[in-house]
Amino acid sequence: MSSVAVFSKASPFDALQRWLPKLVLAPSMFIVLVGFYGYILWTFVLSFTNSTFLPTYKFVGLAQYARLFDNDRWWVASKNLAVFGGMFIGISMVVGVLLAVFLDQRIRREGFIRTIYLYPMALSMIVTGTAWKWLLNPGMGLDKLLRDWGWEGFRLDWLIDPDRVVYCLVIAAVWQASGFIMAMFLAGLRGVDQSIIRAAQIDGASMPKIYWKVVLPSLRPVFFSAVMILAHIAIKSFDLVAAMTAGGPGYSSDLPAMFMYSFTFSRGQMGMGSASAILMLGAILAILVPYLYSELRAKRND
Amino acid sequence: MTSLANKPALSLSRVAIYAVLIVAVFIYLVPLVVMLLTSFKSPEDIGSGNLLSWPTEVTAIGWIKAWATVKGYFWNSFLITVPAVLISTTIGALNGYVLSMWRFRGSQLFFGLLLFGCFLPFQTVLLPASFTLGKMGLASTTTGLVFVHVVYGLAFTTLFFRNYYVSIPDALVKAARLDGAGFFTIFRRIILPMSTPIIMVCLIWQFTQIWNDFLFGVVFSSGDSQPITVALNNLVNTSTGVKEYNVDMAAAMIAGLPTLLVYVVAGKYFVRGLTAGAVKG
Repeated sequence: MSSVAVFSKASPFDALQRWLPKLVLAPSMFIVLVGFYGYILWTFVLSFTNSTFLPTYKFVGLAQYARLFDNDRWWVASKNLAVFGGMFIGISMVVGVLLAVFLDQRIRREGFIRTIYLYPMALSMIVTGTAWKWLLNPGMGLDKLLRDWGWEGFRLDWLIDPDRVVYCLVIAAVWQASGFIMAMFLAGLRGVDQSIIRAAQIDGASMPKIYWKVVLPSLRPVFFSAVMILAHIAIKSFDLVAAMTAGGPGYSSDLPAMFMYSFTFSRGQMGMGSASAILMLGAILAILVPYLYSELRAKRND
Repeated sequence: MTSLANKPALSLSRVAIYAVLIVAVFIYLVPLVVMLLTSFKSPEDIGSGNLLSWPTEVTAIGWIKAWATVKGYFWNSFLITVPAVLISTTIGALNGYVLSMWRFRGSQLFFGLLLFGCFLPFQTVLLPASFTLGKMGLASTTTGLVFVHVVYGLAFTTLFFRNYYVSIPDALVKAARLDGAGFFTIFRRIILPMSTPIIMVCLIWQFTQIWNDFLFGVVFSSGDSQPITVALNNLVNTSTGVKEYNVDMAAAMIAGLPTLLVYVVAGKYFVRGLTAGAVKG
């Protein structure tokens, strides 16, 4: 008798306990399904319509994509992304790895130096852009500073040069993100088995050679994660352009994220803006899928 | 004195390494130093000197003018950031707890779907999100921005907690369940007290992300509800009137100070968040 009483008393509690985890997760599940995937699908649908200032659901097939590919500004933005992304990733990696390796040599005041290298990462890209816009100001910024310091023929007017303005974005972005790459690699280096280095030293290998041939190759996963993150930052870069150049002069420093914003929200080209957003998603997937695939395969092989 | 034996000899290559590291320190510091110097100069000083020249007269007029302009937006940013950080961290903790200790059929799939949110280019959700905010009557409000930041912050906050909790031994929770402790009791009594480091990481990550956000701010707010980043951008990129670089730089410093302060005080957790967000489990 008593056991039945206990059972019936425990039962609703147990049932609730069984459902609680699902109940707790339910709102997030809803958010993910609707706010992530539902909205992507919605944007996808919009990219096949002739929506301008307001969404309309009149389907025009691939017309918006065709218009996009006919649009010179889109090509400038895409080409800029390739240049900006390539240089930003390449330089940040070289600087980050170099600083990490140097910092790993039992450096005095390492903590302090690390803090300095990484602080730009705490700043908004808008703050970074504002600062670098001033530093690169033709006539008043570094341009003048280096002339004042005696380098008479020095000219730095990239910010108003349509062919070179992208390099300004690269400089600011590298300044902001290279410390982060340093931190990632330093963490990786700290995990490297010191006995491997000792063994190579006993074999008579020089330190640069040990790092190049033994230590850095063992950090392959860190290398891939770092490139992945930098590529992701590059594709999403919007605030830096907005603050530094607003896409100018003309649209010579446009990036896809900036293009999407101005066509969707300022020029009332919702359909084409959506098409450009979908292509950005495609770019992210193009780097994400191979990355995840290799990660999963590596895990299975462990 | 024994430590001397362990110290590497001061060779030429070590001098070179130190030289590179110290030059790099200066390069990283230059923009901050220039911002500070410029913000305390008078406009005449800016015109006659150069980036690194010391102000002939140190004046706070740039800061006073900047603060008068961005004050309201600065508080907007707090009004957006504080609730968004707290809510998204709370939900992230509960999600992480379920996804690591109360798994059910489909929960792993959900985690996979959620993870993609860490990489989602927000351009693909901006339009539908703005339609939704409009329908909810939250367009151009700070509440709307809180909402958006909570939704699109969930991927990272859940990831942080889930990866942290996965390393806690199952036995602990199993024993508590045998003793009759329920879902929330276990969370409050056992899990939460050992979560301090990851809570710090998550709070700091979210604070930095949301305070520094520009995209959501510029799309989902207007006029009086704009966050500081949008206000700073408007101030710096207005083409009307004489450019006051001291005001621009002071405003940029004001926009950057809260996150810089967090970084200086709790840098350890900031770095951990960056690498935890980077190295996905």
